[in-house]
Amino acid sequence: MIFDPKIVTDHLGDIGSGFLVTLGTWSSGVVLGIALGMLIAVAQVFGNNFVRAPLRVFIELIRSTPFLVQLFLVYYGGPAFGLSLDPIPAGILGLGVYGSVYFAEIFRLGFESVARGQLEAADCLGISRLQCIWRIQVPQMLVIILPALINMITVLCKETAVLSIITIPELTMVLTGIGSETFAFVETLLMLCIGYLILVELCSRLGMLLESRVGRFMSRQPR
Amino acid sequence: MNSLLIPSGAVSASTREKQGESMKISATAPGEQPTILTLSKVGKSFGPLRVLKGIDLEVQRSEVVCLIGPSGSGKSTLLRSMAFLEEYDEGEIRIEGQLLGWQNTDKGRRRAPQSQINQVRRNIGMVFQQFNLWPHMTAIGNVCEALRRVRRLSADEANKRGMAMLEKVGLAHKANAYPAQLSGGQQQRVAIARALAMEPHIMLFDEPTSALDPELVGEVLQVMKTLAKEGMTMVVVTHEMGFAAQVADSVIFLDQGEVVARGTPQQIFHNAEQPRLQQFLQNYLDRNAFWQDSKPPTPNL
Ligand SMILES: Nc1ncnc2c1ncn2[C@@H]1O[C@H](COP(=O)(O)OP(=O)(O)OP(=O)(O)O)[C@@H](O)[C@H]1O
Ligand SMILES: [Mg+2]
Repeated sequence: MIFDPKIVTDHLGDIGSGFLVTLGTWSSGVVLGIALGMLIAVAQVFGNNFVRAPLRVFIELIRSTPFLVQLFLVYYGGPAFGLSLDPIPAGILGLGVYGSVYFAEIFRLGFESVARGQLEAADCLGISRLQCIWRIQVPQMLVIILPALINMITVLCKETAVLSIITIPELTMVLTGIGSETFAFVETLLMLCIGYLILVELCSRLGMLLESRVGRFMSRQPR
Repeated sequence: MNSLLIPSGAVSASTREKQGESMKISATAPGEQPTILTLSKVGKSFGPLRVLKGIDLEVQRSEVVCLIGPSGSGKSTLLRSMAFLEEYDEGEIRIEGQLLGWQNTDKGRRRAPQSQINQVRRNIGMVFQQFNLWPHMTAIGNVCEALRRVRRLSADEANKRGMAMLEKVGLAHKANAYPAQLSGGQQQRVAIARALAMEPHIMLFDEPTSALDPELVGEVLQVMKTLAKEGMTMVVVTHEMGFAAQVADSVIFLDQGEVVARGTPQQIFHNAEQPRLQQFLQNYLDRNAFWQDSKPPTPNL
């Protein structure tokens, strides 16, 4: 068996658009997941028990069910709750919610890693809770949580493949479609792997670049 | 026990100096009460443990009060209550007449809204044993942060005032260093500059030199002495008896959550009457006078 490049060149447009849809849903899902996750973590760290208990249940629920089931619930079950979404918004929402609980756990650990005394100092100076989170806690915890954060972001990249189930024309959907039309499974699956590899590699490279930048203040050497 | 912690001559000299100062200071602006901080019957419990047992205390403008006492006597808890870092649960703390931290309602008292707490304690500067600088900001960044976010000064203005404060603690040349690049003594001086930048009316220090190597203690105490000379009102928890004797207007001895003795350094260090205080001072001497075992005590000059 040999690799037939014609399969790829013939469908370059479709593959390209699938790649873009994957990139789009992934990055939107990541942004949504990080935003939600930050909210959940802040509520958990600073909220009272009335806030914490339901969040705990929500986190456990999401963590103990497969992403596929959650996605079905949003897309097919959503209308029952008055939430009728097109595939792409539904996919982004599902990805975001799924990611949010993992991001929340990462952020929660991050918040706890900043010494309490630093917050007391801020408190005494009249710095507000929100300013404290944004100016003092987040920049410091970023150094510590960045590897875990990047890891979770790459996990979400691969989870976008599941979105094909609700008819989103992303990379997996496009290439498996081409595969079953042309019976060129090797070419298409290989392309699929390369596609995800590029995205994940890009993400980790970006992460390493960030890591080398954000931790500078920790070193004793003057810049 | 009349053991000399410090030469009595030095005490009277510093007392004289202080008296001269207090004349200058008592000329407070019209409308300003001389009492800046009032504690009445302040109590605090951690669960079943009652750590503060009804503390009464007044601090006058420009007064330097040193809090001494054995470990676990409640010194930190008392000082932290004055900044409402601990929610004291009995009595009242008033800063320039305003009740700190609580709101009296018809259903008893409730924690005041954060904005009101900040309003009352904006006149307080706090310095911690562990410095508590923000490690991701430079020295000048640490000093300017509250000026920018709380006082809402422009970057230029904040920077100018921040540099003036660093200058004051002798660290203008380290403005762009991160805390990790500074010695402990330098970090503590930055922390003092950070608190001073907000122009507090009263400064609280919780064992500011206890985390420092011995050779770095002096530079921090020097900054504090200068502050005291300039008329800053200060409450200092300290194990540095020499500092207390030299700089304090009054010394308070706390034991098991109670004020056991209050007086001038002379009264506390030379004429201690309370057995618990005598015991405490004796322990301090024993710990710090290890050389006396081999040599006869040299007369203090
Ligand atoms: N957050 C807390 N929870 C429970 N107990 C506490 C807490 N903080 C302090 N305590 C207790 O309160 C008592 C007084 O503590 P505090 O820190 O005020 O003493 P201190 O006089 O500052 O002692 P040191 O000289 O060792 O700093 C101690 O018995 C301590 O164990
Ligand atoms: Mg203490």
